[in-house]
Amino acid sequence: MINHRLVIIGGGSAGMAAAIKAYELGVRDILIIEKNAYLGGILNQCIHNGFGLHEFKEELTGPEFMTRFSKKVDELGISYALESNVLSISDDKVVTYSNAKDGLVEVKAEAIILTTGCYERNAGAIQIPGDRPSGIYTAGQAQLFANCYGYLVGKRVFILGSGDIGLIMARRMTLEGAKVLGVAELMPYSAGLNRNIVQCLKDYNIPLYLSHTVKKVTGESHLEKVTIAKVDEKMQFIEGTEIDFECDCLLLSVGLLPNVDLFNKLPLSLSKTRGAKVNQAMETEIPGIFSAGNVLHVHDLVDYVVEEAREAAVGAISYLNGELKHTGHIYDVNPGIGINYVVPQKVFLDDVKDSLSFKFRVAKPMKDINILITEGNNIIKKIFKPAIVPSEMEIVHLSKDLFKKESNEIKVYVEEKK
Amino acid sequence: MKELICITCPRGCHLSVDDNLNVTGNFCPRGAMYAKAELTHPVRMVTSTVAIASISECRLPVKTKEPVPKELIFPVMDEIRKTVVKVPVKIGDVVIKNVCGSGVDVISTKEIKE
Repeated sequence: MINHRLVIIGGGSAGMAAAIKAYELGVRDILIIEKNAYLGGILNQCIHNGFGLHEFKEELTGPEFMTRFSKKVDELGISYALESNVLSISDDKVVTYSNAKDGLVEVKAEAIILTTGCYERNAGAIQIPGDRPSGIYTAGQAQLFANCYGYLVGKRVFILGSGDIGLIMARRMTLEGAKVLGVAELMPYSAGLNRNIVQCLKDYNIPLYLSHTVKKVTGESHLEKVTIAKVDEKMQFIEGTEIDFECDCLLLSVGLLPNVDLFNKLPLSLSKTRGAKVNQAMETEIPGIFSAGNVLHVHDLVDYVVEEAREAAVGAISYLNGELKHTGHIYDVNPGIGINYVVPQKVFLDDVKDSLSFKFRVAKPMKDINILITEGNNIIKKIFKPAIVPSEMEIVHLSKDLFKKESNEIKVYVEEKK
Repeated sequence: MKELICITCPRGCHLSVDDNLNVTGNFCPRGAMYAKAELTHPVRMVTSTVAIASISECRLPVKTKEPVPKELIFPVMDEIRKTVVKVPVKIGDVVIKNVCGSGVDVISTKEIKE
């Protein structure tokens, strides 16, 4: 068994940002474990631009953004194991991984940060009715084939789900010569960012069918036809609204889920985000095991992923220095009316230095609302929002002195104006 | 009055532009610039990949260094499709100079050593 002070599982943007922050705070004995043959994770296949506006005040492509981090990791001499698959984490922080060179390796860590990102919901997950032909891919799979291997997975394409990857792939496949026939979205609003609706669909006259979903796929061996239909408020198909699209490819952009497999065997509970429950230090219910980035909750901007990963690194260093006491006044943080989830789910107030932040998403698009944060019956923060949508994560920073220790529950909710 | 959604950054501001090209609703100055360009001569960044003769990678990601006129998107893609580059290549290396006479270079967005 080998020992490391800090083991980071996953060498994507979150893992690299956490490692760099931990190094800057004085920890030198760090190991990043990455399954791919390179660092950078999903950003390697995200060749479009739009990354880094907060982080670097300029607009970068995915590979450019991640290279700035991977170069820094190399510059600082932070060690990483590539092509290494983590098999398990034990509750006493032994990480077991394997690779072709070293075989099975056991690492005893003093602290662990899990930054394994998220995965796409696939055809099985949404139980598409009809045949089971080839030609159905998740949008991310199509992106990997197109951008890293140079294969176009279809020539006449239909896209289910208006998540950002689906929108980005609508444009990408159009540019590469495919005909994208349309995008269907189950909800009455888009799941993707507004700018992607404009620059990926409207620019190329690709229709967006809101409140529509796939009713049937047809194809003996390869996909031949996709039939969509409109749904009512109860998500039931409306008879007579069917539209047929003859196509050879169906891309799915129907949601991302935190990749928490490694947490399954640990005594940890999951939150509404499907990631692990964490406290204000991004620490899970097992002291010394932290989680950040898309494995905690799916973000829309990588800039926020790296910010959160740094918070986890700060937390991990505090833990290593014995500064996380888990004593004193404790709050449970819960989403109230109009809010889908809040991160973190617990706050140990005595462990908070000066301020803390809550991240949350609303349940539906709304206009002219107030976001209220309460401690018991007291409103400690009220923020007016002219417009708010579920596709954009909100962050609120609160100074520690706003908390009065009069209750054990913090609630975040929406107040709609009458 | 024209309503636009700013695509300059993921914030996606809702912009209003009057007949004299006065912009409101923008969070930053880039929104005003975007709205004016969009109503006079719209431009877009083009990102794609080119073939690379390499033992480690099949494709090299590239981008136009600056946005190009919207009507040049497909002509730029035609040039990108014809291009094959050799290793080593660094981020920022020019892959196609002055693509389609736009005055804008297509540059590499990844380092590939061998």
